[in-house]
Amino acid sequence: MNPLKNHEFLEKRSIVLLLAIIVTVLIGGIVEIVPLFRQETVIEPVKGVRPYTPLELAGYNIYLREGCYNCHSQQIRPLRDEVTRYGHYSLAAESMYDHPFQWGSKRTGPDLARVGKKYSDAWHVAHMMNPRSVVPESIMPSYSFLMNRGVKMHDLGHHLSALKAVGVPYDEAMIENADKDAYAQANGEPRVDIAGLQERYGENVNARDFDGQPNIVSEMDALIAYLQVLGTMVDFEATKDVDPGAVSKATLGQDDMEGGE
Amino acid sequence: MHDEDKKKDIDELSGIETTGHEWDGLKELNNPLPRWWVWVFLVTCLWSFWYFIVYPAWPVPGGATKGTSGYTQFKELAESQQEIIARQQAYLEKFEAADFDEILNDPALYSFATAGGAAAFKDNCATCHGSGAEGSKGYPNLNDDDWLWGGRVEDIYTTIQHGIRVHNDFDTHMSQMPAFGKEGLLKADDINAVVDYVVGLRDGKASEDMAGHTIFAQNCASCHGTDAKGLREFGAPNLTDAIWLYGSKRADIYHSVFYARAGMMPAWKNRLDENTIRQLAIYVHQLGGGEE
Repeated sequence: MNPLKNHEFLEKRSIVLLLAIIVTVLIGGIVEIVPLFRQETVIEPVKGVRPYTPLELAGYNIYLREGCYNCHSQQIRPLRDEVTRYGHYSLAAESMYDHPFQWGSKRTGPDLARVGKKYSDAWHVAHMMNPRSVVPESIMPSYSFLMNRGVKMHDLGHHLSALKAVGVPYDEAMIENADKDAYAQANGEPRVDIAGLQERYGENVNARDFDGQPNIVSEMDALIAYLQVLGTMVDFEATKDVDPGAVSKATLGQDDMEGGE
Repeated sequence: MHDEDKKKDIDELSGIETTGHEWDGLKELNNPLPRWWVWVFLVTCLWSFWYFIVYPAWPVPGGATKGTSGYTQFKELAESQQEIIARQQAYLEKFEAADFDEILNDPALYSFATAGGAAAFKDNCATCHGSGAEGSKGYPNLNDDDWLWGGRVEDIYTTIQHGIRVHNDFDTHMSQMPAFGKEGLLKADDINAVVDYVVGLRDGKASEDMAGHTIFAQNCASCHGTDAKGLREFGAPNLTDAIWLYGSKRADIYHSVFYARAGMMPAWKNRLDENTIRQLAIYVHQLGGGEE
């Protein structure tokens, strides 16, 4: 009996064929998907990554609303030219609290995975108001209206609890104080006491008047707060011991980039 | 049910066996798969087994099989970076060991530094200072010899490393001009008087008789100097030259006195490596205004 001629056995029995197809597809699915159910196989045990503050989260939501991901990726691939230009390649841990993640696949503008602290707040404001004023060849549209729109402070807590439901470790105090924390972060010291914000989100949280308009917590404040924290959370110094293969000095074109400071 | 069990139906014209089905008099030939195709298929199956062994492939408890080659993207990146580092090594070894004076006096190292600095400048600095380092409102021109925080190559190096008014960096250049109007430190008349005096400085027409002179001496001279030529210790600009970071019009100067200015430059220490920052310092130093 020639096995090559026995395919008739499968092809003439629809149920058997169906079962065979399911088994074949399942093998592919199990191999590709099941390992991802176990986070320790994909998310590096790095230090420093925290959930977004309420103001940063509001900025993240504006980032989605305005479709920034259509032109900007947030994923530095482990390729020499990308690492030289943008810094350490992105780690899965850096987007573990993004729902959905903003890796993107299209770079009309530059990658933003490590844009945090690369430019001053005033630069970001000028750039959003009129991108051509600071980057003459830019084709980015103006987002000046963000200056005049207030952040919806009252529903920030709801956004936090929604994310908590899908596994982001926000606690009750964070949800309860969401609007206060957003206000504190958009003003900073000495105008507002930021002790509570720092207690909940760490000493290194950026708290200041991001948009230069002290009288309003604008969407510009939120978006810049979000941009200024992108890619700055991971403490790469502490990570070196965790994953020596991935984060050795030779690997890092931009050698000891620290996220925390 | 197998072919052998049935009477074979052979097509008369081609002499090839049919599938035995008939649709309105049409029959389908049961040609075998081309032999070359079958062999390619079998070879790819064999190749996949080789791949399972050599490359990371199958999930196992605690991760995935590593594969005999030990391949990872990170290793590939490290290797491709090593290639560049090896190519630069001839210069890098000397560059790392040399201090700024030695680099400035060694033509080979100097051109290595300025070439590297020019590339890094385009990528990191040009967004604010302009692609020709010409600056714009709020972002200083780096081609001239008017320096806020010092124009020696060491000063430029420190400024690039720690930036200006960087949050949480204790070595950053930190100073803050008071907002004389907003914080109510000066009355409206006094502000107008001192602005007139600064406008006079701008035009070279200031005199000690002006009402603003005393106000300037009491409030501004501690940072800008009694001669208003600026003090680099505080990053306070020279007010007697024709270079105005935030505009030379009276309204711009009024705004500066009333609301104060606080330009901010990011710190690059943790973003760029030591060699790149040194290259940038030398590049900026040679743009036109570098001091000895």
